[in-house]
Amino acid sequence: MLNINSLKTIMMNIKYLGICALMLMSFDATDSNFEGYSQKIPGTQVIFDMTPIQAGTFKMGNDDSQNLDEKPAHEVKIDAFWMGTHEVTWDAFELFLDKNYELAISEEPIGERVDGLSRPSLPYLDMTFGMGKEEKPAIGMTQYGAIQYCHWLFLKTGIFYRLPTEAEWEYAAKAGSNTMYFFGDDPKALGDYAWTAENSNESTQKVGAKKPSPWGLYDIYGNVLEWTYDQYDIDFYKRSAKENPVNPAEKLYPRVVRGGSFASSPAEATSAKRFLSSPDWKRMDPQIPKSQWWFPEAPFLGLRLVRPWIPPSPEEINAYYTKSPITDY
Amino acid sequence: MKILNSRRDFIKTGALVTGGVFASPFVVPGAYAAPANELKLAVIGCGGRGTGAVFQAMETGHPIKLVAMADAFRDRLDNSHKLILEKYGASKVAVPEEMKLTGFEGYKEAIAAADVVILATPPGFRPMHFEEAVKQGKQIFMEKPVATDAAGIRRVLKAAEEAKAKKLNVVVGLQRHYQNNYRETIKRIHDGAIGDITGGQVFWNDGGVWVRERQPGQTEMEYQMRNWYYFNWLCGDHITEQHVHNIDVANWVKKGYPVKAEGTGGRQVRTSKETGEIFDHHVVTFTYADGSVIHSECRHFPGAANRVDESFQGTKGKVYMSGGNHGVLTDWKGNELYNHPRDNQPNPYQQEHDELWAVLMKGEYKFADAENAAKSTMTSIMGRYATYSGKPLTWDEAMNGSVDLFPERLAWDAMPKLLPDADGYYPHAVPGKTKVI
Repeated sequence: MLNINSLKTIMMNIKYLGICALMLMSFDATDSNFEGYSQKIPGTQVIFDMTPIQAGTFKMGNDDSQNLDEKPAHEVKIDAFWMGTHEVTWDAFELFLDKNYELAISEEPIGERVDGLSRPSLPYLDMTFGMGKEEKPAIGMTQYGAIQYCHWLFLKTGIFYRLPTEAEWEYAAKAGSNTMYFFGDDPKALGDYAWTAENSNESTQKVGAKKPSPWGLYDIYGNVLEWTYDQYDIDFYKRSAKENPVNPAEKLYPRVVRGGSFASSPAEATSAKRFLSSPDWKRMDPQIPKSQWWFPEAPFLGLRLVRPWIPPSPEEINAYYTKSPITDY
Repeated sequence: MKILNSRRDFIKTGALVTGGVFASPFVVPGAYAAPANELKLAVIGCGGRGTGAVFQAMETGHPIKLVAMADAFRDRLDNSHKLILEKYGASKVAVPEEMKLTGFEGYKEAIAAADVVILATPPGFRPMHFEEAVKQGKQIFMEKPVATDAAGIRRVLKAAEEAKAKKLNVVVGLQRHYQNNYRETIKRIHDGAIGDITGGQVFWNDGGVWVRERQPGQTEMEYQMRNWYYFNWLCGDHITEQHVHNIDVANWVKKGYPVKAEGTGGRQVRTSKETGEIFDHHVVTFTYADGSVIHSECRHFPGAANRVDESFQGTKGKVYMSGGNHGVLTDWKGNELYNHPRDNQPNPYQQEHDELWAVLMKGEYKFADAENAAKSTMTSIMGRYATYSGKPLTWDEAMNGSVDLFPERLAWDAMPKLLPDADGYYPHAVPGKTKVI
C-alpha cells in the first residue's frame, strides 16, 4: 500500500521535477500496490476514495445504438488507472475555488506553489443553485476549471490527478459488460444505481447513496454528467487509436461529458452515450469575456478524477496542467 | 407611445452639446439598411459587465455602431475594445484613438458622441453619469445598483424625472424584470392568485466575490477604484450591489417601498485588509405601509450554505421564485396553482437589450426604469443604514440622509474619504456607534 502521508510530507514544498522523481521511484514496485486508497487533502479533514481499475481490453461504442456517434463498436486497450469512487463534491472543490477559505480552514500553511495557483473567479451567482453542498457533487465548472482542480490537488498531494479520457470513462462504466448498462439493458432497473430525471426531484443528490457498479464506482450513471478530456468528434471511433485513445481538445466546444445526470432520462444515461458540452451553458453569463471557470446554466455537470497507474513525465504533467484556456465570448 | 417631437429635440440637444449637427437615426425609423440610420453607441465603464452589455446590444442584430468608450483605466478599455472589435469587426466598431476616453472626465465626451449610452461603471459613479446622459438627451441602458448613498439616489430620482419629461428610454439592468418566470409569476400574484401578500423572505447568501490586491505604485484612489467592491462610495456594500436584485423583487411583489427598516450585520469572516470596509452579512426586516414584513438576508460566508431566491406568503397561498427560472405558486392546501417552465427560457440579459433596441429602432418611448431602480436601490441602502447603525429608521429618514460618501475631488492623487490605518486596515461601521444619515 502506498504510504500517502509520508510521501505528502516529503513532497509539500518541492517543484514538479522533484515531486515526479519521487513518484517514479515509488512506482518502481509490483502490481501488489494497486489497491484502492483514501486520499486526504493535506491540512484539512477532507478525504476522498480512489478505486483501482485494472488494465484490460473492451468494446468501445455500441453498434445497436440509434446514435451514429457510438459506431463502430471497436476494441480498445486501456492501461490501469485509479478512478474516483465518487464524483468530486463541494467539500473538496470549494477549498480550491476560494483560497481565503482554504487558508481559513487549513491546519498548516498551504505552501507557496498552492498559494500562487490561479484560482477560479468567485462566481457572482450561486453555483449550487440552491441544491446544497455537503456530500453533493460540485457542479457547473468548465473543463478548464476541472483540470485546474486537478492541478491544485497535484500541488497539494504530489499526485498526478487528471480527467478521464472518454475511453477510460466508458471502460470503467461498462465494467466488463456488453450491455447498455453494466447491469443489463433495462432502463427500469437504473433507479437502483442512479439519480435521473425519474427519481432525482430535479436536484443533485448526495454521492454514494445508490448501489455501486461491479467495479466499485458510485453514481457512474446519473447525478451529474462527468467531464472527460476529449474533444467531441462524431467520427472519432472510425479513426481512433486502438490503445488508450484520446482526442485532445483544441476547440472550446463541443467537448465530451459522460454518464447522464439528475436531469437525464434513464434511457439516455447509458455506458456508451456521448454527451456534448455547449456554449448555451454560458448564455446567462452577463460578462464578456465569459468566465473560463463557470457554466451558469449547467447545474447538471461535474467531474470524477482519474490517476494513471503509471504517471507521465514531469514535462507531460506540466503541459497537462498549464495548457492555456481558450477565450470565450 | 410615440415620441411626438422628440426627434427634433434629439437633434437640437445633440447640436447644443457638440456644436455640430448629427444625422439622427430617428429620422427614418425602420430603414435598417441605410447607414444613416445606424444608432451610435457609447459605453461608459468597460469592465466585464459593460463589455457584456455591448455584446448584447450588438446581438440584437440592429444597425449599431460603437463610437466611443470611456473607462477610468486604459488597460480595461483596451481589453474591452479588443474583444468587441474581434467579435463584431470594424463595420460595427469605430472608436478612434481620440474617442478612447480615460480618467474621471471622459464620460462627458463619450456620451456626447452617441445616440445611446451604456452606463456600467461601479455604481458610485452612476448618479453623475446618468445625470449627464439625461442632460444630453440620450437613450440609456444603465446597470444596477444606481447609487451607493441617499445623496446619489436623490440625484438619480431628479434626473429620472427629467428623463421622463424628455421621453428618453431608460432600461436598468435589474434583469429579473426582463425574465419570464418573474414576469409571469408576479403578474399572477397581482391578479390575486395567492391573495394579499403578508410577508416574505429574500436571500442572497453565497461565498462572496473577487478581490484585487494592492499593487506597488498605486495611489489610494487607484487602489480603491481597482478593488471597488470593498468600498462603499463605489459599491454600496453587497446588500446594495448584489442583494438589490432580491429586495427589488420584494418591492415589485408589494407594489411599493418599505416605510421602515431594522436590522443587524457585521464582519464575521471578512477580516482581511484586502476587503476594505464592507460587511459580510446583513439581516434586515423591511416593514411596508400595510404592515406586512419582508425578511431580507445577504451574506458572504465561504463554505456555508448558499441561497439566492425569493419567497412570499399571501392570505391564500405562497410563492417561490429564483433567478434559475423558478416561479411556483401554491395554495395553502398544497395545490400547485402555477409552475413556470424552467427549460429553454430566454436569457434576461439579452432580453433587456432586445426589448430596448426594438423600441429605439422605431423611435418610440416605452421604458422608464430609473425611478423604480432608484427606489429599490434606496431600499437596500436603507437596509445598510439599519445594519451599520444598529438602529431602526424610516424611509423618509433614510431618503433624507445627509452623509455623502463621494470624494470631494476626483483625481488619481485625490484622497477618498475612507483611508486605511497604519497597518493597512480600513475602519468599518460599528453598530451602536456609526452615524449613517
